[in-house]
Amino acid sequence: MTLWFVFALMTAAAIFAVLWPLGRGHQPPSDGNEANVYKDQLAEIDRDVAAGLIGAPEAEAARVEVSRRLLAAADSERTPATRSSLRWRRVAAVLALVGVPILAVVTYLPLGSPRLGDFPLAMRAHTPDGTQPLDNLVAQVEQHLEKNPTDGRGWNVLAPVLARLGRYDDAVRAYRNSITYGGDNAERRADLGEAIAGAAGGIVTSEAKTEFERAIALNADQAKASYFLGLAAEQDGRTADAGSIWRAMLAKAPADAPWRPLVQAALARLDATAAPALPDSTMAAAKDMSEGDRSAMIRGMVDRLATRLKQNGDDVEGWLRLVRAYMVIGDRDKAKSAQTDARQAVANDAERLRRLNEGLKNLGLDG
Amino acid sequence: MIAEIGHYALVLALALALIQSTVPILGARLRDGALMNVARSTALAQLLFVALSFAALVMLHVTSDFSVVNVFENSHSLKPLIYKITGVWGNHEGSMLLWVSILALFGGLVAAFGNNLPISLRAHVLAVQAWIASAFYLFILMTSNPFLRIADPPIEGRDLNPVLQDIGLAVHPPMLYLGYVGFSISFSFAIAALIEGRIDAAWARWVRPWTLVAWIFLTLGIAMGSYWAYYELGWGGWWFWDPVENASLMPWLAGTALLHSALVMEKRNALKVWTILLSILTFSLSLLGTFLVRSGVLTSVHAFATDPTRGVFILLILCIFIGGGLTLYAWRASALKQGGLFAPISREGALVLNNLFLTTACATVFIGTLYPLALEVVTGDKISVGAPFFNLTFAPLFVPLMIAVPFGPMLAWKRGDLVAAAQRLLAAGVSALVAIAVLWAWTGGGSTLAPLAIGLAVFVIAGALSDLAERTGAFRTPLAVAARRARGLPRSTWGSAFAHAGVGVALIGIVCETTWNSEHIATMRPDDMAKVAGYDLRLDGLTQAQGPNFREMVAQFTVTLDGRHLAVMTPSKRNFTTRGSSTTEAALLTRGASQLYISLGELTGDGAIAVRIYHKPLVLLIWFGPVLMAFGGLLSLSDRRLRVGAPKPAKAMRGLQAAE
Repeated sequence: MTLWFVFALMTAAAIFAVLWPLGRGHQPPSDGNEANVYKDQLAEIDRDVAAGLIGAPEAEAARVEVSRRLLAAADSERTPATRSSLRWRRVAAVLALVGVPILAVVTYLPLGSPRLGDFPLAMRAHTPDGTQPLDNLVAQVEQHLEKNPTDGRGWNVLAPVLARLGRYDDAVRAYRNSITYGGDNAERRADLGEAIAGAAGGIVTSEAKTEFERAIALNADQAKASYFLGLAAEQDGRTADAGSIWRAMLAKAPADAPWRPLVQAALARLDATAAPALPDSTMAAAKDMSEGDRSAMIRGMVDRLATRLKQNGDDVEGWLRLVRAYMVIGDRDKAKSAQTDARQAVANDAERLRRLNEGLKNLGLDG
Repeated sequence: MIAEIGHYALVLALALALIQSTVPILGARLRDGALMNVARSTALAQLLFVALSFAALVMLHVTSDFSVVNVFENSHSLKPLIYKITGVWGNHEGSMLLWVSILALFGGLVAAFGNNLPISLRAHVLAVQAWIASAFYLFILMTSNPFLRIADPPIEGRDLNPVLQDIGLAVHPPMLYLGYVGFSISFSFAIAALIEGRIDAAWARWVRPWTLVAWIFLTLGIAMGSYWAYYELGWGGWWFWDPVENASLMPWLAGTALLHSALVMEKRNALKVWTILLSILTFSLSLLGTFLVRSGVLTSVHAFATDPTRGVFILLILCIFIGGGLTLYAWRASALKQGGLFAPISREGALVLNNLFLTTACATVFIGTLYPLALEVVTGDKISVGAPFFNLTFAPLFVPLMIAVPFGPMLAWKRGDLVAAAQRLLAAGVSALVAIAVLWAWTGGGSTLAPLAIGLAVFVIAGALSDLAERTGAFRTPLAVAARRARGLPRSTWGSAFAHAGVGVALIGIVCETTWNSEHIATMRPDDMAKVAGYDLRLDGLTQAQGPNFREMVAQFTVTLDGRHLAVMTPSKRNFTTRGSSTTEAALLTRGASQLYISLGELTGDGAIAVRIYHKPLVLLIWFGPVLMAFGGLLSLSDRRLRVGAPKPAKAMRGLQAAE
């Protein structure tokens, strides 16, 4: 209610600003005109002569010029603004009285949020914990970590939450900090790799792969890292490698390992289809789809990859994956054109071009 | 409630601007004083409401009210207070609000202090000003509203771009905007003159203070921006011919030309039509700058957000105002009466030459900035027009201009005598030659161009001094007489001497910095030594420190010269967690006008750090020059006297010729 009262006061002030001069009627013209300027200029010339700044002949010439301007100005002097048109003043007054409030309200209402109060931070620091949404808790932890960035345990708690919220880039940073300040271990490296892959939309990039390899170096039995290395192999088209990694995992794993079904499903997928690799969550979703939906989804993913590469063509692995995907789908023309695009994109970098050509040769396309 | 009050105040400002843009015009048509005076009260009220709106946004940033999208996206509760305030315009929406606030400020100033203006001219000027304001209020409300809310406010903001978390943000944008927007007044005056169909020397006298104020702020704003880039970006560069920099240089060049042509108009009632055109062009270039920077056409530290609707909207504003202004000019300019006549060799002629060079330089920058963009739109090819193009085109234009600068003030109005002027510049010419010779001997025939360029700069400075000496009669009359005359000289004369000398000073700085700049790039470990331009620098060690919203790695260097301990320099690298980005904070050691500059690079795996050390001789002169120019402008502004260009009478000339 107070807000609307303030709005009303402000509107009244605005209207008053328009009405005030209208109501005051006409005043004696206190305004300046050209003639005044030229009269002042004439006075100025006299002063300059007195100060010795200009000589007498120049002053005389200047006086003649300025006087000529003065005469011209006096000739064309506007008829003084004495007319007052009451009718138009009334129109202006009505415009202010009606137009200003209507325009203000019509513009404000769709844009503003008059029901929303203030939320200065100082006021909100004391809200009870139970009612806070997850975002607020995360923000509080983030704030705490900003002040104490060396709190490895804090990063460790935060990172998985961020990953679950889908904030993969932040999760990557959190895992890195957790490793820096909380110590390096296989689980964290594997989680970091997973977050990097998540940020890349489920594709195991070479950066992610490095992390998984580090995790394996720290602990050869790290299940997540092994699974993702298999996935990386699958995405690179080395299905045999993928199969052998996953089979080795299953052979070594205890019978009640929670990830057993996941790896088995992955193996089954490997045997069943030669479609481009999908992250497991997408795959799970794909399981329930009809054949048409599934191929649409696969096409969608391939298109996304193509778009990404169009924006950043440096990723040789990506290009190879794209060419392979087109071949798997059976679209040989597109595979060919992707191959040409790839060569163009990396043409400036000899090392990349060499890797690309090698990869293409392995794919069975002409080298 | 603060956010909503600010929002509503902005809406009311729009409503008032719409009234201000129509009613006074009607009043001027009907010659009704009351209707024309509406312009005044609405301009003041509009200023009040915009100021309220701006204050509200500042309040929201200070109290970290993250229910406001703008605050959430650009602030952080841990930011120091000063950056909470400057962060208000460190983003697109807030900076546009600052833009209109300054526009309203200028409108309010004209309303409050424009008593000496004819009432109809004032009504027209304020109405045109309100057209611009209305367009930008609409732009803000429709596409860049800083008061939009989040119903479920997050607990922490996303922080301001770390590069902007610097004291420079408190100074550079407001200065630059005061300059950009200040030229809106001369634009409004020009449009008002075209609408009224009358223009004369008095017009130039009324516009003069506004153009000067805008020019002073623009000069300082550009210089400040350049210094900021120099110490913040960590490369030691002070001008990159970056499109955004060019966008601010173009209105400056046009504005400088305007300043000089308006002088001719005020003093001699000549060049009137040209001055009107320059007024329109200068503000058009300011608008263009706003468009380039804000539309996302260019990506740089200035492009806070890219949103196509904004670009299209600003483009529309641009087309309406530039197109409309030029159309009105084409339609009405022929109706304006031509002014006084003058011989080619005269003060007027010199100022026309100045205008010619400045506008050509401006056109070069325009082409160099927009051609790549146009080419990309048409053919999709990306080309970059960089320093080589500008150096090759800009320098040949500026050399003759600089040579001409000292001649201008020496020539008489209407018809001048070039030989006499040259004689009076003999001392300046000799000192320039001496400077060239000394430099040549001293540097041992290194760079050929540098001594010549410095000689040119010395010529400009000495020329400005000889102008003063000539007018006061120093060296010819007793000291007491000269001192009395110096006091009697109009402050505008002192002003132009300072401004012209400033150009020379800046040129010296530019030449010295680019020619004799020495750099040392190395990977250093603690206790390593580096030797740059005679200074010995020792890296004492690296330490970590925690700032309010960042962590920094500080390197400590001990600087010695010939074994004498000079200072300790501490460059650092700051890491901002919220945005996950880092900035380099260069350390500067000032010795006279020269600077030693250290900036840190990446930390290598084995505890060594990449370090860039520069010695920049006389680099500070680059910014001292513009400050001198701005000071000259200020002197001229403080001179409230009228300007009369006393013409040299034809008879005296004839008499002189007869005697020969």
